[in-house]
Amino acid sequence: MFEGFDPVNLARFQFAFTVSFHIIFPAFTIGLASYLAVLEGLWLATGKPVYMDTFKYWVKIFAVSFGMGVVSGIVMSYQFGTNWSVFSDKTGPVLGPLMGYEVLSAFFLEAGFLGIMLFGQKRVGNGLHFFATLVVAVGTLFSAFWILSVNSWMHTPQGFSIAPYVPIETAPWVADTVASGTSVLPDAPTGGQFVPEDWWAIVFNPSFPYRFVHMVLAAYLTTAFVVGGVGAFHLLRNRYNQSARTMFSMALWMATIVAPIQIFAGDQHGLNTLEYQPAKLAAMEGHFETNVDGPMGLTIFGIPNMETAEVDYEVKLPYLGSLILTHSWDGEIKGLKEFPRDEWPNSTVVFWTFRVMVAIGFAMLGIGLWSLFKRFRGSLYDSEWLQRAMIAMSPAGFIAVLCGWVTTEMGRQPYTVYGLLRTAESHSPIGAPAVGASLVAFIIVYFLLFGAGTFYILRLMGKAPTPFEDETPHHPTRAAGITPAPSLEGRRAPDPAE
Amino acid sequence: MDLAVLWAFLIAFAVVAYVILDGFDLGTGILFPLLGRHENRDVAMNSVAPIWDGNETWLILGGGGLFAVFPLAYAIIMPAIYAPIIAMLLGLIFRGVAFEYRFKTVRGRWMWDASFFLGSFVAAFCQGVALGALVQGIEVEGRAYAGGWWDWLTPFTMMTGVAVVVGYTLLGATWLVMKTEGEVHDLARRYAYFFGVSTLVAIAVVSAWMPFEQAEFYIRWFTLPQFFYVAWVPLLVALAAFSLFQALWSGKHHRPFLSALALFLLCFVGLGINFYPHIIPPDVTIWQAAAPESSLKFLLVGAAVLIPVILAYTAFAYWIFRGKVREGEGYH
Ligand code: HDD
Ligand code: HEM
Ligand code: HEM
Repeated sequence: MFEGFDPVNLARFQFAFTVSFHIIFPAFTIGLASYLAVLEGLWLATGKPVYMDTFKYWVKIFAVSFGMGVVSGIVMSYQFGTNWSVFSDKTGPVLGPLMGYEVLSAFFLEAGFLGIMLFGQKRVGNGLHFFATLVVAVGTLFSAFWILSVNSWMHTPQGFSIAPYVPIETAPWVADTVASGTSVLPDAPTGGQFVPEDWWAIVFNPSFPYRFVHMVLAAYLTTAFVVGGVGAFHLLRNRYNQSARTMFSMALWMATIVAPIQIFAGDQHGLNTLEYQPAKLAAMEGHFETNVDGPMGLTIFGIPNMETAEVDYEVKLPYLGSLILTHSWDGEIKGLKEFPRDEWPNSTVVFWTFRVMVAIGFAMLGIGLWSLFKRFRGSLYDSEWLQRAMIAMSPAGFIAVLCGWVTTEMGRQPYTVYGLLRTAESHSPIGAPAVGASLVAFIIVYFLLFGAGTFYILRLMGKAPTPFEDETPHHPTRAAGITPAPSLEGRRAPDPAE
Repeated sequence: MDLAVLWAFLIAFAVVAYVILDGFDLGTGILFPLLGRHENRDVAMNSVAPIWDGNETWLILGGGGLFAVFPLAYAIIMPAIYAPIIAMLLGLIFRGVAFEYRFKTVRGRWMWDASFFLGSFVAAFCQGVALGALVQGIEVEGRAYAGGWWDWLTPFTMMTGVAVVVGYTLLGATWLVMKTEGEVHDLARRYAYFFGVSTLVAIAVVSAWMPFEQAEFYIRWFTLPQFFYVAWVPLLVALAAFSLFQALWSGKHHRPFLSALALFLLCFVGLGINFYPHIIPPDVTIWQAAAPESSLKFLLVGAAVLIPVILAYTAFAYWIFRGKVREGEGYH
């Protein structure tokens, strides 16, 4: 099996596959953890049971997806060593400590307080429980901080020097060690590694602030659309479900406020990319020729053809390219042809993944504005079309996140550390059969297990949120002039699965 | 002490913490099929559910720490034990998801029981194999692994695999003795005898075999005067074993677990004696594998501050969930 394959490509595919699965869960749990903290905080502040009901509804879903995030994450942290050992040896001194900080400051924090958050409500007081929820939320943000610093450094490396390379057996100090019987070591590193010089510059490398902000907002939007979609689904069945109303309304506030910020952040991110990774940007725009003779248009449709270096079936809007990218009418943007042929990222793919992400961003903005309009008309909960649209959009965040990452990562090719370490040179001395076999194993296991998890999550989402604290009677809330909904008085139906 | 040595101790600490903490929860998983009624299994699972994630984080620290401070070791060891590592990761996935999935279904419960057991078993076995592969020696050339793809598969590594499975199961059984009551407790106490004996046999076999795997190890254990410096290890093992069985016999609840922990710690010390100052015996020493000083320093600042804090809140979480786990508890 896999004899004819290139192990580097298999390893790339394995990385892409496993990290794409992984990112789905953090994208959701980063947002959900914050949402849960807000809900619990509101409950403590106002005492309104609906917030606790909503909290309890989502905390179960959180637990399942967090579990999947953890196990898929452990795979990631070992994959650097298994498939990318040369990369690990060389970048370990720079990237390893950042990931070490992630473990120490984020993973332990989340894991330590997650137990209390999920299981401890009866054992600790409300205050401490809220504290645990908050800590978990902060932990997910720390996690994103460090891993994005790692990733961004690979895109815009700085703050290091490169050590000379001396193989172990031939190193002069090895002979000295043998001769003297005690270990004699060189004064400076000799491994051909990246040697950290300035940690501040490494952590806060040029693309990091943009990537961090953009990713955290992406997680919030992703979660908002899932929460809003579930709220909408239950509103369509029962317009007076208090908890569903809360979800729907809160989610739409998030979309209204954050979608425009995200578009702005994305634009800034793009400008940063133009500055540091112009080849990636040209690939994202399907821009082969530098626009020496006038303004660059914006291609809104087309299929960049990597063979002919042209965009097939191109539909172009004049001026817009220059306007968006240089904020002037006729700014010049380098085309792909300015770069050596073997350094072209795959434009066909990144052109499209980028456009899908941007389209989703604008669609999210559209939903936000629509809901704002309905809100002012006082008919937020009555608009079935808005609710249907929200349900249709509920997976949109995940798609945008994946598309965004594919754009980012494929656009970096052919380097793992941009401009310095090629992907083809980063790979372990492992043959195609081994990489291929483990790839197949991951694919099968991920689809089976995460498929089952998704099924359980969807089933949890399919149940209408109901008041949990059965001892304290809930008084049916009255929306102006309408009779209370029956389901509010109904007890929680026994669940066949429990 | 120089930074590389300090870090070697810190990484060793992370690995020990992992082995004993995840050891007992993997062990609980390995005992799963032997626990009878599904209510018993609920109890066993709930006894570790609030803490397993924290336990496993030590594994990430072990791997991540190696990547950070001994990148060369990480880069050589991972390809050398490629297959066991992948199998271990898959095992950890199977058991990790079972914690949540198992309570989401009645009809499918058997599936997640099986996944919890098999995942724990495979993860434990692979960790043993990985350990064995490291002990028997890894071929290095330049700065890379130079051996074959099946080098890790030898009778010795199979033995270490079995030894770790048996040892983890002992930890799991004594954990359940401590954390449960009634039926589960009685069952666990009976299994603890069996796995206690098996663990001792496994320790004896591996210890007797190990010195023949590498010349250096032989010198450390079987020549004078070296022998006198290290002879206290087997003596303490005997003491811990006595304490284990005495505590089981006299109906103690906590001491069997503590004695089993002591056994593990001693085995680890024994390994440390074999290895030091190598990180990959026989070729690569701690100093050769160490990252540049700026990396060691930068992470050390964080470790010095954060590891005590982590230990404190981890202890706090254990304290919150102290006492016996009863049937029907849990948040599901
Ligand atoms: C809900 C998710 C989401 C949404 C609606 C958007 N993005 Fe995005 N985008 C991401 C989620 C994301 C991401 C997954 O978070 C990425 C991948 C890597 C990163 O840092 O963020 C990303 C990367 C990314 C990049 C690549 C930067 C690079 O690596 O060089 C650019 C230029 C943009 N985005 C721009 C935009 C624009 C102009 C948007 C709006 C119209 C937009 N994004 C909406
Ligand atoms: C933040 C942490 C991340 C790090 C450190 C990281 C690092 C890497 C590395 C080392 C590779 C393999 C070498 C290469 O092909 O360049 C890679 C490839 C890739 N990654 Fe990432 N990645 C991260 C996040 C993501 C996420 C979240 C996605 C989600 C989709 C992603 C998508 C990809 C893809 C598609 C490739 C293959 C690109 C190609 O080979 O053409 N990455 N990444
Ligand atoms: C190669 C890249 C990555 C590696 C090596 C990695 C590693 C890990 C590991 C080991 C865990 C489990 C931690 C635990 O036990 O609690 C985890 C979870 C997590 N990761 Fe990643 N990760 C990567 C990419 C990302 C990216 C791109 C993000 C988001 C920006 C991210 C955010 C998180 C978060 C928030 C968690 C907490 C668990 C969860 O929410 O599911 N990771 N990651």
